[in-house]
Amino acid sequence: MRLDCRGRRCPLPILDLAKHIGDVAVGETITVEADDPAAGPDILAWCRMRGHAYAGASRAADGTPAYTVRRLH
Amino acid sequence: MPAYLDAASAAPLHPVARQALIAALEDGWADPGRLYGAGRRAQLLLDPARESVAECIGARPDEVSFTANGTQALSAAALGTLAANRRHGDTFVHTAVEHSALLHAAELHPGPVVSVGVDTLGRVDVAAFVAAARAGAAAAAVQAANHEVGTTQPVGEIAAAVPDVPLIVDATQTLGHSALPAHWSVLACDARTWGGPPGVGALCVRTGTRWRSPYPADDREGGRVPGTPNVPAIVAAAAALRAACADQAAEAARLSKLVDQIRTTVAATVPDVEVLGDPVDRLPHIVTFSCLYVDGEALLTALDRRGFAVSSGSSCTSSTLQPSHVLVAMGALTSGNVRVSLHHATTQAEIDEFLRVLPDAVADVRAEIGAP
Repeated sequence: MRLDCRGRRCPLPILDLAKHIGDVAVGETITVEADDPAAGPDILAWCRMRGHAYAGASRAADGTPAYTVRRLH
Repeated sequence: MPAYLDAASAAPLHPVARQALIAALEDGWADPGRLYGAGRRAQLLLDPARESVAECIGARPDEVSFTANGTQALSAAALGTLAANRRHGDTFVHTAVEHSALLHAAELHPGPVVSVGVDTLGRVDVAAFVAAARAGAAAAAVQAANHEVGTTQPVGEIAAAVPDVPLIVDATQTLGHSALPAHWSVLACDARTWGGPPGVGALCVRTGTRWRSPYPADDREGGRVPGTPNVPAIVAAAAALRAACADQAAEAARLSKLVDQIRTTVAATVPDVEVLGDPVDRLPHIVTFSCLYVDGEALLTALDRRGFAVSSGSSCTSSTLQPSHVLVAMGALTSGNVRVSLHHATTQAEIDEFLRVLPDAVADVRAEIGAP
């Protein structure tokens, strides 16, 4: 599953992530495409605080940073 | 009860600084480099101010040069030390959580720059720092304590491990509040952080340390800082520092207790919050926390509306929209970030009231964006 958070400023990308983590099954991943400079560090911190796994950063087709999270519970 | 809780940006003027400033404006306005009466009177104010600041720092008066602010002192500390020590190596090593003024100076260094990471409390990796400093460093920079989260740095341990590398220590936030590290080669500080007026910093270069002015030099301030010094402001800054150092132990104990209260209460009363920095080995007057699903700018505004002035490292509060590099280096949450920093005029009642209104302020800004 991919979330389009382009143009959404901090803390909206992690709020979107929190609202949609339940949409994927435990063990599955969700990828947040976000251009806010705080999204990367905040998604990492969110995973730590919420007990999910950060599965790394990549780029969407248009070059937007994308952060992948694996639901653990 | 409104309260100003951003002493790390600028503490309110200490009462003795106000008196000294007014007196020095009468007698210290002239150019202290001139030989007529008014010039000599200014010099007679400047000399004891320098001696007093040097004594508080643990330096010799001729090691202290006054600058226009802490940023200028830090830039000159870095660039001047790097320029004069290239024969030892070409690399500039610094911690990842140095003040942005130091990082901006590092951008001008023509050689390699190594930024050494920190742990989740904001404390530098000593082994990595020492290894980088031993591998051909022109200079290394470690702040005495962090300006955003208050965590102290192991300056003494690093100085002992690399005694031959010139060590630049940013003492801004520490001087006047807590004991300075015993070992440094070049030190920078800012009078705003100890209750002095705006517009005064100090650059201190230990005798024997190689340092070359990065500016077009003149004969002012030991040849280190060009231009006529702001004597009245320097006199006021020296008076404030003397008062701060005289009260340091008692004030540190008083403010540290208030910080403990903030750390404990925020963690207990604000849901989804992380209180950052070392809870023990830290500055007495700075505490920072980050709230999940909170817009930092909205929270500052909500607190300002309730009468509380605090600062934030959240990206939405910076002109560049970048989150604080300190919080990022620690792996901390950068959204909903609040730094509270206390000073000589901070009272128990102010902190009680701040802690009373904070949970509602956080809840309000969360509700605005539909946070869970």
